[in-house]
Amino acid sequence: MSKDVMVTLTVDGLEISVPRGTKLLKACLDNGIYIPSLCYLDGMDHPPASCRLCLVEIEGRPGPLPSCSQTVEDGMVVHTETDEVRLLQKTAFRLLVSTNDGKCRLCMANKHCEMQKIAKFLHMPLRTKKLRHIPKDMPEVIEEHPCIVYEPNKCVLCGRCVYICSQQNYDFALDFAKRGFNTTISFFGSREEGVGDYCRNCRACVDICPVGALNLKDERDAFLQNLQAKISA
Amino acid sequence: MVDNLEQDQEIDLEEERVLDAIAAELPGISRDVHQLIPVLQKIQHIHGYLPLGSIGMVAAHFGIPGAKVFGVATFYNQFRFNPPGRHPIKVCLGTACHVKGGEIILENFTRRLGIEEGETTKDREYSLERVACVGCCALAPVVVVGEKIESYVTPSKVEGVITEIEIQNEIAEREKAKDEQQSDSE
Repeated sequence: MSKDVMVTLTVDGLEISVPRGTKLLKACLDNGIYIPSLCYLDGMDHPPASCRLCLVEIEGRPGPLPSCSQTVEDGMVVHTETDEVRLLQKTAFRLLVSTNDGKCRLCMANKHCEMQKIAKFLHMPLRTKKLRHIPKDMPEVIEEHPCIVYEPNKCVLCGRCVYICSQQNYDFALDFAKRGFNTTISFFGSREEGVGDYCRNCRACVDICPVGALNLKDERDAFLQNLQAKISA
Repeated sequence: MVDNLEQDQEIDLEEERVLDAIAAELPGISRDVHQLIPVLQKIQHIHGYLPLGSIGMVAAHFGIPGAKVFGVATFYNQFRFNPPGRHPIKVCLGTACHVKGGEIILENFTRRLGIEEGETTKDREYSLERVACVGCCALAPVVVVGEKIESYVTPSKVEGVITEIEIQNEIAEREKAKDEQQSDSE
């Protein structure tokens, strides 16, 4: 390929070549360099850059920057493992798990949860001792949607489901509601005719959720029944 | 029980009237999505609140998902989803009132009226909301009932405020009954 389309940069001493215009986070992930992230999805024009986990240091730029919103440039020198980056990532992670209910074993996403993966990567516990544990003042499950159950206490509000749902070209769409500590995913309009059937087939939000806060009702019921049987056995 | 049912029906009918009025008004408004918040504000200005049914109508008008409109409306504190009561109760939780125990006063009202903040009692008599500073911090903790400012509010005063309104209602009712009797005998 010609030089115009490809960009060469150095990440942690490793030289990588990626197409021009690629986001730095994607470039690293595609080349086997893991950077934790929750809110970024491939194809986003304007990543929200809100999880503050994908921070990296770029030589010549002030301070750590979110790699999801940086576009690769020729000759970029990137460090993903500096002390400063790790410190900020750990703080961001602590804040994210400060509402965690710690019931991993009862969760459908156990063992393939993005938060567990990041915890392992950062050598962090899933329940922080440094910050006060403040559970969200919300019901454990919200069954507003005809076929999708939402568990706000697991949700990290990354917004992946909101983005992916907006890409589906359907009348109904998920979105955030309220604000601050009370922010939640809203299923407003999900009781309209046809939404249940559409969502059951689409399940984009269920599959994209990094923490298992969104699940199909039938699957969750089956999982809980299975769990119950296992516990009593 | 029957009373409750009648009350419910009355409320449904009123909400229907409000929704019909909004449906009649909407087509005349620009479909530019930037007009979303002004439209919500206008609905609240005319009807005193945003009925949940109106969210879907506004969304359909602008051609955006209902959840988006709901998200915008719930983000801003200025929008309410319950009709205001005849006696709107505003509990101040500004800095001074907060320090002087405004939260306790709010809790007293929620317990006494059986509604949460932002809600309205079933009989539409009271609505409860929290505000941030009404500008008379020296009187903290402050509660505004209708237009009247209650100062140095204590739990016993909460009881007093509600009892006062109840007594006034009773007097008004008795006088009304008396008038009716008089006009009947005439």
